[in-house]
Amino acid sequence: MDIRTLWRDIRFLKLLAQLIFIVVLVVVAAYLYINVTTNLARQGLTMGYGFMNNPASFGIGESFLSYDPSDTYARALLVGLVNTLVVSGLGIVLTTIVGVLAGVARLSSNWLINRFAAAYVGVIRNTPLLLQLMFWYFGVIIQLPAVRQAITLPGPVFLTQRGIYMIWGEGTSTFPAWRVFIILALISIFVIWYALRYAQKRASVPLSPWWNLAYIFIPAFILWIGYVIQPVPPIQATVPELSGLNFRGGVRLTPEFAALLFGLVVYTGAFIAEIVRAGIQAVSRGQVEAARSLGLSTGQTLRLVVFPQALRIMVPPVTSQYLNLAKNSSLAIAIGYPDLFSVAGTVFNQTGAAIEIITIMMLSYLSISLLTSILMNIYNRRIQLVER
Amino acid sequence: MRKLLFPLFSLVVLASLVLAACGTPVAATPITVEVTRIVTSEAPAATEAPAATEPPAAGEATPTTAAAEEPAPPVAGGERLQAIMDRGQVICGVHGTFQGFGFVESDGSWTGFDVDFCRAWAAALFNDANAVEFRGLSAQERFTALQSGEVDVLARNSTWTWSRDVDLGLTFGPVNFYDGQAIMAKRDIVDDPAAGLAALEGANVCVQSGTTTELNLADQFRAAGVTYTPVVFEDQNAAFQAYDEGRCDAITSDRSQLATQGQAVLQNFADHVILDVVMSKEPLAPAVSDGDPRWAEVVQWVVYGMIQAEELGINSQNVDEFLTSEDPVVRRLLGAEGELGAMLGLSNDFIYRVIKLVGNYGEVYDRNLSTFNLARGQNELWTKGGLMYSPPFR
Repeated sequence: MDIRTLWRDIRFLKLLAQLIFIVVLVVVAAYLYINVTTNLARQGLTMGYGFMNNPASFGIGESFLSYDPSDTYARALLVGLVNTLVVSGLGIVLTTIVGVLAGVARLSSNWLINRFAAAYVGVIRNTPLLLQLMFWYFGVIIQLPAVRQAITLPGPVFLTQRGIYMIWGEGTSTFPAWRVFIILALISIFVIWYALRYAQKRASVPLSPWWNLAYIFIPAFILWIGYVIQPVPPIQATVPELSGLNFRGGVRLTPEFAALLFGLVVYTGAFIAEIVRAGIQAVSRGQVEAARSLGLSTGQTLRLVVFPQALRIMVPPVTSQYLNLAKNSSLAIAIGYPDLFSVAGTVFNQTGAAIEIITIMMLSYLSISLLTSILMNIYNRRIQLVER
Repeated sequence: MRKLLFPLFSLVVLASLVLAACGTPVAATPITVEVTRIVTSEAPAATEAPAATEPPAAGEATPTTAAAEEPAPPVAGGERLQAIMDRGQVICGVHGTFQGFGFVESDGSWTGFDVDFCRAWAAALFNDANAVEFRGLSAQERFTALQSGEVDVLARNSTWTWSRDVDLGLTFGPVNFYDGQAIMAKRDIVDDPAAGLAALEGANVCVQSGTTTELNLADQFRAAGVTYTPVVFEDQNAAFQAYDEGRCDAITSDRSQLATQGQAVLQNFADHVILDVVMSKEPLAPAVSDGDPRWAEVVQWVVYGMIQAEELGINSQNVDEFLTSEDPVVRRLLGAEGELGAMLGLSNDFIYRVIKLVGNYGEVYDRNLSTFNLARGQNELWTKGGLMYSPPFR
């Protein structure tokens, strides 16, 4: 075989490229590994995860799991992870709302609303997130009055320097017994939905809209049965009340959590607003004109024609913004919220296990991001255009 | 020709990667030859007992005393020291935002207690107090920077603890500042400094992340049976600001930090009180990475030299007069007699350089910390009731 024909053979070239790439990858990885292990050995350091079972000995400011300084490092990291997940989850939900509202406002024909949304997007997108978090924390939340002079909003919601206190529900003694009925009521809603859909498919004419009342009456009936059996309601509202130096009752958003949440939601919301606007504007005008000429109102056009098509364009970039929000939550350390990055940093400083801790952090954030993007991709695939 | 381009390009990339793998900087390259040499020749001196009274373990020919300015020939067990000498400056890890200890002034110059010690090491090696490159390090990254070789020495008010010495593979120099952890609260919560921690029941306490402070806070409050809530910040200044604005009832840190940062940052220092409770011992010492005993010895003996000079009454003003002294203790310290510096691979007058260019321990202390009314206390010389004690220079 002539060497010149070998160079021209595409299969050979592809194989050669793959081979070279693998060799390069192995060389680089081996070099890094040898470098790390030799340098660690030179200083007498060892790698290993044995430290995870040692007591943490440091406190964590707020946690959604029970935690005590005598718990292990592993438990502390778990607490940090849960804190990150809570902030990310809540943040994703709220930022979607804020972003969609701002995006639609940006397209409004009302001049004031339009400009207001444009100003919001312009300012928020162009300033660094850390700066905004500092502003929310030091400039807004901490400037709120002390506990004794709290600002009272209807609800009641109390705004203080030490946190935002809100009315919240608390399970009473009958809550376990009621759980069954609540779950049954929720299931019944789904059952009714499938039943109506099935009936609609079988019927030749549209069902009467009065059937939709079943969504209200049947769960109410189930809950009424529960009430007959257990007269005490399962959830009791607890109202925050000032007693001594603090509020008792209700739920408390710590200043760190509140500042982080608001900062992240407002920041990511600006980006999502632009994505929403882009998605809506990407639907061709012909669709809107056709819908209007068929007699649909503006609201119906937006809801039935524009938004479903816009959604397909919006979902991938919005997925990126969700991932950004989850990762940006690691800035919490600058304002004192004990998220995963903050707690892992403390553990690293106490144990000196740099590589192990960073690996844990990277895997955690990677898992959160992958999970979010998998869920969003499933949703994306379901709403995509089915082409014949 | 175009068909050859891709395989040729891949070969070039591969070759350059292989060359890069072979030609890495001294600090990072694992050279097994060096490892064995260090282990066999320096094993007895591997732990950081500053035994300069023993002759150096390696009996190689020491550099001549005449050429004090030129770089010395390779020193036994002194890979890092040699690298520093070749480089011509010391890379020093310091704080950067801690007034009095490691601070960048508005004109870009570095001032502070620890900063002056960096200048002392530079003066000892290069006869130039400015042959230093400062790296401002956060509490989180300081030890990693030292372990990875990014800085030669860490002078960043770091507490000498067992885990840092053993677990992290660091070697600490002599304690240059004896401190203790304290807690500061607002006067309207606790007025009496003699009050115990029980006065802070249920308090929110601001603390900086990545320090021994967090641990001690938890331990002390647990021992006292008092509940509290920590609010943890990455940046000490953010912690002080949150405390000042009222987010926290108390703030905890080293007593020196509370005094200096408190006076510098808080709106009205008189509204706050530092409790007398000593929450822990915090011996602050410079640190170098394990595995280079020569450099560690240089770091140690420069600090001891500064303390010894103050004990003998030698300061930057009168050091030239002391050169002509007949006292053999003074002559050995300043290098007029003996070969002490040469044994380390430095010029014999390395302490003279330090005192002349930077000053003795007392001068460095007063220059940086007297404005904050920080009494010497335990940092006084042993002859005056403090803990500063240098082993003899002989």
